[in-house]
Amino acid sequence: MEKNTEIELRLLIEAIYLKYSYDFRDYSGASIKRRVAHALGQFECATISALQEKVLHDPTAFMQLLQLLTIPVSEMFRDPSHFLAIRKEVVPLLRTYPSIKIWIAGCSTGEEVYSMAILLREEGLLDRTIIYATDINPRSLDKAKQGIFSMENVRAYTANYQQAGGQRSFADYYTAAYGYAIFDKSLCENVTFADHSLATDSVFSETQLVSCRNVLIYFNKKLQDRAFGLFHESLCHRGFLVLGSKETPDFSAYGKQFEPLVKHERIYRKS
Amino acid sequence: MNSAPGLPTVEAIVIGASAGGVEALLNILTPLREGFLLPIIVVLHLPDERRSHLAEVFARRVSMPVLDAGDKTSIAPGTLYFATPGYHLSVEQDRSFSLSLEDRVHHSRPAIDYLFESAADAYGPALAAVLLTGANRDGASGLAQVKHRGGLTVVQDPDEAQVATMPKAALDLHQPDHILTIRGIGRLLVELERIAC
Repeated sequence: MEKNTEIELRLLIEAIYLKYSYDFRDYSGASIKRRVAHALGQFECATISALQEKVLHDPTAFMQLLQLLTIPVSEMFRDPSHFLAIRKEVVPLLRTYPSIKIWIAGCSTGEEVYSMAILLREEGLLDRTIIYATDINPRSLDKAKQGIFSMENVRAYTANYQQAGGQRSFADYYTAAYGYAIFDKSLCENVTFADHSLATDSVFSETQLVSCRNVLIYFNKKLQDRAFGLFHESLCHRGFLVLGSKETPDFSAYGKQFEPLVKHERIYRKS
Repeated sequence: MNSAPGLPTVEAIVIGASAGGVEALLNILTPLREGFLLPIIVVLHLPDERRSHLAEVFARRVSMPVLDAGDKTSIAPGTLYFATPGYHLSVEQDRSFSLSLEDRVHHSRPAIDYLFESAADAYGPALAAVLLTGANRDGASGLAQVKHRGGLTVVQDPDEAQVATMPKAALDLHQPDHILTIRGIGRLLVELERIAC
């Protein structure tokens, strides 16, 4: 990386950490650099230093930058075969617990939360499950709580839902109005949305299943190790860890502490 | 625009291709000898991004080991890597891969620009970047960035390319070190490896 850019980028990330306690220091560098470059255009700043000055003195500007630094790209029942495998291989074992706690880490705008809640309802487990849905971005959490998604996206989710072994009509779960789908509030009765950082916070509860999908790819190895450590600590004996389609604990410091249950669907169990 | 004199010592080769790319790539990579030592990292746009058997198809035809570029895996010498469909691929400063689900670039994910720009940062002058046939403008600005960081840039001769849009877009943006046919690109890679090893 060009020297000045590298220095400015590090200073920006450090300033954000010191001022706002958001820790991007161990995020994957190439992606952060791209997003900061994009932000320069949005903020009409000529240099990263200028952007740093702006966000250091203006919390509102920082909140806008945070939206650009986090990646709210998600969909419901993304990788349908993954959810089908959860239904077939994980649910029968989850069923043996009298009460179930699930942690959805990096839940973004809630697509993973609603997918999991719908699956659990159809399997008759939602009433005895508590879901902790956490993210670092408060605006994403607000959006997740509202449960309102554009109909255009919901049409794609419907196909995913059916391929994921959905047992009803997907439309049973939402009310359509003005191009939006408002999801059934009762799906979230036992969901706690909370601000939590995998980079700086610690474990808050024992869980039977942790879902963290397409979050770890944005972390470097060190931060991935930290996250796997938190999941390992949170999970009960033989608890489940489910990841995004290109994520694995295999090369982490916790490679031996998780064993694959359905390897190609990225479903693991605490060893 | 000749071969040996003046060729730099590179540590990696990145290649971007779109429409017509499978054939072009096979023609470049199949003749490479067993034990070719430079890593080659490829972004190839595919119509269906969910499932790909690129690595398998190429593994049967080329003598280098072929892998899907896995998140946080270190780039090994002598290996042919393909970007995973549906994810952007970048090279980190420590020369490992990262994947990302950021927005599409030029309607593409993986995007050639994404790989080229990050590889330019990671390798600087020790990178060769090759842009082949394709029907969009992806790769042009990435290639210019490789040049800006001192790397070697190569564009497939638009007259020969199955679809000339992508090579032409690159030529509109900057003058590459070489404009070559598929045969010429193959020979250049052999020469780059000879110099590097």
